[in-house]
Amino acid sequence: MSHAVQKTGIYAVLILWTFVCLFPIFWTVSTAFKEAKDIYQGDLIPWLQFEPNWKGWESLGLSPDTIRERSGARDQFLKHASNTLTISLSAAALAAVIGSLAAYGLARFSYRFGPWRNKDISFWFLSQLILPPVAIALPILVLYRELDLLDTRVGLILVYTIMNLPIVIWIMRDQFNSIPVELEQAALVDGASIWQAFLRIVVPIAAPGFVAAFILSLVFAWNEYFFAVVLAGADAPTLPLLLAGQTSSQGTRWWSIAALATAAITPLIVIGLIMERHIVKGLTAGAVK
Amino acid sequence: MQQNPAIELPTADAPIGVTAGWRQTLGRVLIVGASLVAIALVAVQVLRTLGWTTLGFQNWRPVAIAYLAWAVCLCASLVLTRGERGERAVFVLPAVLMTLAFIIFPTIYALFIAFHNWNLSATAGREFTGLENFRRLFGDRGFWAAMQNMVYYVAAVLAQYVIAFGLAILLNQQIRGRKFFRVVFLIPFMLSPVAVSFMIGKSLLNSQYGPVVPALEAIGFTGISFYEDPWLARLNIMIMDAWYSIPFMMVLLLAGIQGIPGEVLESAKIDGASSWQTFRHMIFPLMLPVSLTAIVLRVIFELKLIDVVRVVTGGGPGSATDTVSLFIYREGIQKTNVGYATALSQFYLLVIIISIAIVLWLANKAVQKVS
Repeated sequence: MSHAVQKTGIYAVLILWTFVCLFPIFWTVSTAFKEAKDIYQGDLIPWLQFEPNWKGWESLGLSPDTIRERSGARDQFLKHASNTLTISLSAAALAAVIGSLAAYGLARFSYRFGPWRNKDISFWFLSQLILPPVAIALPILVLYRELDLLDTRVGLILVYTIMNLPIVIWIMRDQFNSIPVELEQAALVDGASIWQAFLRIVVPIAAPGFVAAFILSLVFAWNEYFFAVVLAGADAPTLPLLLAGQTSSQGTRWWSIAALATAAITPLIVIGLIMERHIVKGLTAGAVK
Repeated sequence: MQQNPAIELPTADAPIGVTAGWRQTLGRVLIVGASLVAIALVAVQVLRTLGWTTLGFQNWRPVAIAYLAWAVCLCASLVLTRGERGERAVFVLPAVLMTLAFIIFPTIYALFIAFHNWNLSATAGREFTGLENFRRLFGDRGFWAAMQNMVYYVAAVLAQYVIAFGLAILLNQQIRGRKFFRVVFLIPFMLSPVAVSFMIGKSLLNSQYGPVVPALEAIGFTGISFYEDPWLARLNIMIMDAWYSIPFMMVLLLAGIQGIPGEVLESAKIDGASSWQTFRHMIFPLMLPVSLTAIVLRVIFELKLIDVVRVVTGGGPGSATDTVSLFIYREGIQKTNVGYATALSQFYLLVIIISIAIVLWLANKAVQKVS
């Protein structure tokens, strides 16, 4: 195979996969600007095959003509969106802080808890990754009933925090292991306490890993559906719940689903575009030596 | 998975035992006091639940707050009594206490529920039935159909692996716009599975107005329905799942390839090895550990599959696309049959733990053999 042919082949595959990645997103966004007849005709290309209109956004109260009026649908959407934002930001922050502290301890000090050493404690945390959510969802549902935490934001925040802990610990342990101990030792010799050394010396250096852990937790909590459907209802609903509840008896209103889906995925696409390096760093932490 | 030995920091503080007497006393008082308050609260609530007293609170929320307060007192007391050793423990304690409360305690509670017949909407309440739930599980066709589907879904991870490996190799070539391709290829990973379910699973693959079915019909396939035919419905789920899962594997494998030292590949080139030979004898063996990590992690996530299936097919047609999680969800949440559903989930967890342990053991042996 000549060099030029090989190169062309490589670009052909890369462009094909770009299409595979982007076409569903194009489909989602363009469907949000279609009306029923465009959808049933299977029109693809805006302006050529169909004239974009605001119907999908109207049903959310977010089109140019409805944005100034009062709209129940928009209030509904905003309630879900603000819930999702509050829950995912809080859960990601909590998980990143608690997980980072644990990871630092496990990377730097030697613990002994009965027969358990650091290696065992780390494994204990990481092994929770295999726990299927469904295995703890039922007991948590029953417990939340007793604790009066069903359908509260706090309830979901706590569950999302715990689900993110293993990933954060995994990422941050790797991050802390890559920082030379000498830096902290110097600070300790100068009379700093271990907490001072951690906050002043280690935290600034470990910031990239922390951002990666935070972003991954945020994405997870933003998209999470299963715990939301089990534990939340009318008071603390999130966007995936609103989206999943869209199939109505009058047939599927694709334009409004697409508008909703567009609104739900746009923040994540933006985060992905800006934070690609951090996300990749987080995903590969610990997996590659 | 790095396994650096823990590094001992020099102890700057005074050794244990020299901490001031008042700190010792205060620390002990704090933890003993907090424990007594928490235990008393639990005891009162238990008595109230049993109907022996009318004291206590409406619900158990105060007990949760007491646990939180106890955890704070425990940390404070450790710092007071143990000095620097206590300060070190405080790093890891919040995570440990939280895991105990949200993973270990619910799991133990689940084991308790699993031996009961308990329907949340029935007035009868909980009834101990011993192993009855587990006996019922072995005769439950729907459950085993879902278990069988999990085998198919897990097998599909291999296809994801092959595609992801191919993409990772391509991204590692000397190409223009690598940054662009890397960012674009990562995007599906970010998206909400529920949104993806609607837009790919229900809309793009729709026979009436999605573009995929007409395109397939144009090249000669007929009578395609991604919802009615069992295998096509499964394929529908697998395509969606692959679409947002491949980026994860690709990123891991790309990092692995980039970690291979350049000299290794240079020397292969000098020896006149073809691209395929370099891949077969150099890249692939060197990539085995990373591949293993990627595949095991993906399998673990695959075993939790539920949201896309619930939205797109609801497990149908029949139970062709059903997953274990979805089956348990229907049993426990929709039919409120908590006892049986919990038994199913604990059984499933056990199966997962055993199979992952076997896979890891076999894989480790295989990797050792190769390298």
